[in-house]
Amino acid sequence: MSQLKGKVWRFGNDIDTDLIIPARYLNTSEPKELALHCMEDADPTFASKVQPGDIIVAGKNFGCGSSREHAPIAIKAAGVSCVIAASFARIFFRNAINIGLPILESPEASSAIAEGHEVQVDLSNGQITDLTTGQTFQAVPFPPFMQELIQSGGLIEYVKRKMGTK
Amino acid sequence: MGLTMTEKILAAHAGKTGVEPGELINAKVDMVLGNDITAPVAIKEFAKIGVDRVFDNEKIALVPDHFTPNKDIKSAEQAKTLREFARKYGIVNYFEVGEMGVEHCLLPEKGLVLPGDLVIGADSHTCTYGALGAFSTGVGSTDMAAAMASGEAWFKVPESMKFIYYGKLPRWVGGKDLILYTIGQIGVDGALYRSMEFTGEAVSELSMDGRFTMANMAIEAGGKNGIFAVDEKTLEYVKGRSKRDFTVYHSDPDAKYVQTYEWDVSKLEPQVAFPHLPENTRPLSQCGDVSIDQAIIGSCTNGRIEDLREAAYILKGKRVNPNVRLIIIPGTQAVWRQAMKEGLFDIFLDAGAAISTPTCGPCLGGHMGILAKGERAIATTNRNFVGRMGHPESEVYLAGPAVTAASAILGKIGGPEEVGVK
Repeated sequence: MSQLKGKVWRFGNDIDTDLIIPARYLNTSEPKELALHCMEDADPTFASKVQPGDIIVAGKNFGCGSSREHAPIAIKAAGVSCVIAASFARIFFRNAINIGLPILESPEASSAIAEGHEVQVDLSNGQITDLTTGQTFQAVPFPPFMQELIQSGGLIEYVKRKMGTK
Repeated sequence: MGLTMTEKILAAHAGKTGVEPGELINAKVDMVLGNDITAPVAIKEFAKIGVDRVFDNEKIALVPDHFTPNKDIKSAEQAKTLREFARKYGIVNYFEVGEMGVEHCLLPEKGLVLPGDLVIGADSHTCTYGALGAFSTGVGSTDMAAAMASGEAWFKVPESMKFIYYGKLPRWVGGKDLILYTIGQIGVDGALYRSMEFTGEAVSELSMDGRFTMANMAIEAGGKNGIFAVDEKTLEYVKGRSKRDFTVYHSDPDAKYVQTYEWDVSKLEPQVAFPHLPENTRPLSQCGDVSIDQAIIGSCTNGRIEDLREAAYILKGKRVNPNVRLIIIPGTQAVWRQAMKEGLFDIFLDAGAAISTPTCGPCLGGHMGILAKGERAIATTNRNFVGRMGHPESEVYLAGPAVTAASAILGKIGGPEEVGVK
């Protein structure tokens, strides 16, 4: 599905992975359990109010800190359809691509889109539309190799193809 | 155009003569690391690949160090997943409780990472091994799974930044202070996606333990890796530990750096990072009156023998403030034994400190020293994010071992001079 539409939840700069999923819940890697505590220390009510398809819009350096893949897993399992940020921390960036959580880098969209706005994202061309204001933004495109990874369905599918396993 | 040592290592492992920043490469890895939190996810993903063996059972390290000795039933299940995987695939470098230590203290100590290596680990502080002149970086569990099957990983070649530290370090100023100062200057994303190369007189003078501390926190500036030139100290450290050949790479004089920072650190004060980001650093003299409830000395940042010696030097003949719990966590079994032999434990016990078995424990709010609401800790650890050591309304202040030990005696943040140690 290359078209996404959802309501925006806004977060600030340097949202670290401890805010996304606190380590006290890392004694499990069960996506549904992690989803219950998604963003808990940034907004304790987030998990109870987020709806399937909703979109997170954040500032710079989203996902900094630990390498825990539980962070993008929690966001994805909470029903969030994609994350738009001014920039992403590098391990989070890798992890999101590897597990198939769509992420878009756009400093302009990050500063312009407000909480509660309805936003549409076209993953095929990286276009972000704020339906509430009518503004459009172009996300930084992925290099061809990463597009191939995403189109393969994530790193595991890519490696399977490369290694000739099923 | 010349190459940085990071570029040379990446090129060599990708079977190329050179690489350029921004280039995407597939490279062979010399070591793949996982722990009791990240490896269970990797093991699940590994099963999906459909291979019946790992690429090399000597090039994978599994270290159950985060929530171990098992803190609860779920953590025990995760550790069991590691153990069973290690047995099934004959993983040579699996370290059971009793053998294990905090992973980034343990691997160099065991000679499992050597100069010129390319290492990935499903733990963000994998960048620690840059102290040995290796390229090492943190990845997620899926990357770990793919590498366990294929022996390879993809990388975007990072741009490089150079940090030159001039001058002789003052008393009580070490690797932790240098890296906290650096992060304070450039910010928590100041080196985002980039390689950080640490050079200059002050870092040449640092011991290997001090260099591990610095490289360890490259990630706190967003860096992909932190790296040091290999010198006599590096070679001395790996001598007797290495069981295989290694290659030493040096940056070319005309290597390209997108940014160079030069600092005279001869008058640098000990640094303290205030909540809730490692970039919120202040020199000790400007910390004000900050009372503390707990002090932690340990972790992959400062859990090595030199750190414990420094703490013991401050604590000798003194008592921990009655309002403070001081918890000391040697990084590995070997560090633990060494500290015991040197009599450091007597000093710690006489001071009223608790000594733990090696574990990441409280650093990430796991166990062995969790903070209650409103409590404050000073710690030699690496992160002071919201809720990092416990309740979301608790606070963590980051510092080196000397300041942390002195603060434990004072009951508030302060330095060795304030407790009469010269």
